[in-house]
Amino acid sequence: MMQRFIGFVRKEFSHIVRDRRTAAILFGMPVLQLLLFGFAIKNEISEIRVGILDHSHDLVTQELTDKLLSSGTFVATATLSNEREAGEAFASGRVNEVVVFEPAFGDRLLRDGHAGLQLLTDGSDPNVSRIVAGYTTSVVREYLREKGLAASGIEAVPLMMFNPGLKSVYLFVPGLMAMILMLVSALMTSISITREKESGTMELLLVSSLRPVQIIIGKVVPYLVLAFVNVITVVALAFFVFGVPCRGSILLLFLESLLFILTALSLGLLISTITSSQQVAMMISLAGLLLPTVLLSGFIFPIASMPWPLQAISNLIPARWYLVIVRGVMLKGAGIAVLWKETLILVVMTALYLTFSVRKFSERLQ
Amino acid sequence: MSAVLITDGVSKRFGKVEALDGVGFSVDLAELFGVIGADGAGKSTLFRILATLLLPDAGRARVLGLDTVDSYRMIRTRIGYMPGRFSLYQDLTVEENLAFFATVYGTTIKENYELIRDMYVQLEPFRTRRAGQLSGGMKQKLALCCALVHRPELLLLDEPTTGVDAVSRLEFWQMLDRLRRLGITILVSTPYMDEASRCDRVAFMQEGRILAIDTPSGITGLFSKPLFAVRAAEKHHLVPVLRSYPHAASVYAFGSTVHYTDSRPSPDMGDVAAWLESNGIGGVGIERIKPGIEDTFMALMESMTSRREAADA
Repeated sequence: MMQRFIGFVRKEFSHIVRDRRTAAILFGMPVLQLLLFGFAIKNEISEIRVGILDHSHDLVTQELTDKLLSSGTFVATATLSNEREAGEAFASGRVNEVVVFEPAFGDRLLRDGHAGLQLLTDGSDPNVSRIVAGYTTSVVREYLREKGLAASGIEAVPLMMFNPGLKSVYLFVPGLMAMILMLVSALMTSISITREKESGTMELLLVSSLRPVQIIIGKVVPYLVLAFVNVITVVALAFFVFGVPCRGSILLLFLESLLFILTALSLGLLISTITSSQQVAMMISLAGLLLPTVLLSGFIFPIASMPWPLQAISNLIPARWYLVIVRGVMLKGAGIAVLWKETLILVVMTALYLTFSVRKFSERLQ
Repeated sequence: MSAVLITDGVSKRFGKVEALDGVGFSVDLAELFGVIGADGAGKSTLFRILATLLLPDAGRARVLGLDTVDSYRMIRTRIGYMPGRFSLYQDLTVEENLAFFATVYGTTIKENYELIRDMYVQLEPFRTRRAGQLSGGMKQKLALCCALVHRPELLLLDEPTTGVDAVSRLEFWQMLDRLRRLGITILVSTPYMDEASRCDRVAFMQEGRILAIDTPSGITGLFSKPLFAVRAAEKHHLVPVLRSYPHAASVYAFGSTVHYTDSRPSPDMGDVAAWLESNGIGGVGIERIKPGIEDTFMALMESMTSRREAADA
């Protein structure tokens, strides 16, 4: 019995290795995607092109401007003399931001304790806009504090826990892991099973008296191993190249990843039992699994800001829970005592999908 | 002799199409039994039911004394099945395919090497070649090896020679002959009439029904009318002119000649020759021949079609 099983698994590995393109995608994709997300796609902004529109031209506005420009992030690319020029500067892309000082800015500030400073940002890119405004505000606030001019009695000083530098790679690594595991496990298994159906080899496998459970396990094991290799690759790359720490137990992280791989594999199995063509299996995997994993899991868009129907749907997506787990273990150092609920949800999902697909797996042709 | 395979009233429909309609026959131990029929006659459906891959809508089939519905698992380990389409792993090598099917059945190539040796020596030079890159004939030999590697008692071969060159076809049938002598019962389907004569018995299938079952020589005995081979210098005009003859019953082109039957009890072939010549066909030669399997099949098909048309009317 063991012999048969080993023979089956060896055959599956041969399929994967023989198809160079698939093998390249399976092993190269995680590395490529991590590097891409890590280096190219960044939320932090290294250079803000700022235009200054100073209606006051006094000592205070001069000091503030210097302070802004000496912070390293801001580069003055335009000195403007009226509001109309500001619009043009934005349109031509010369500036991301324009800082407007009202007339007699310094006098008012020193006399009344407050003065008007307007920040114009480029709303066509809301993300950048928000960050730029945030940066500027913090510089202005710091200036006021130095001068002992803090506006009111209370000031909130934000400190970003777990990721003080707000590095986006911290955000991407867990999401990327969920995405890659979904892709490798669900897509690849469903394709490999439907391929056997399409090519007619499933007929031979069925006649060979292999039990459905044996066929299923034989199909699942290679991708389980493969996906796990990908987990190790991504975690190692994230740590050594981008310095993303694993603050919790690495063992727990791996175990939870194995669990999530199983969830994805059972989803792949489920897909392959309800369809018999590779194309349909691919469509369902991509549109039905990968897209929600990217969009609704909280990877890119925060779940809390979704409308309630989408929030409800997001509960059904395994990656949503896996993300909570990975962020918890890697970034916050959380243990199973905190993450037991998410783990349990994944266990239940996996059990449900698996039972259903084993039941649905037909020992005959339809 | 004991029957290795018995079917009784097996029917199967797919939607509106009646794929099998009350099929009943039996195959004896170590018999080479042929199922002859055109594409869509229901051959593959029949084979899949016998291989326990499909459930019949009605009727029963017993394979090796076991019911195909209740005891499908026991049947599966004891039969060798070769689907109509080439269904091996194209990306695995010849040797890997064979080794895989051996392990799946819990055996090794070595254990049953004797059985497949004759074919495997031909495949041996291509051992490391991928199955997808083999020629049609080699593919079928490999598929047969894979179906034989666990020493099955019954072989179900669905159109094993379709798309295979003439030499390989001949070799394939010689191999089947050898296997039968080793005591393996073989059920084989083919669309080629000339292969029917190599079987112990044949069944003609059309539209899901069996038209006739007999030995190849017995089946030609079903052809009752006198049959003539008609020759002419210009063959392509011959068929339409012959068909327009008032007493023509059937006219089929057969290689270089045209096979003709007459509708009269005692045909006047001199009159037929005169009709042809008066219609401008020269070099006419007519000769009485013994009907072959194909003639019989055509006649059976025709009579069934006309009977069905009569029933519909």
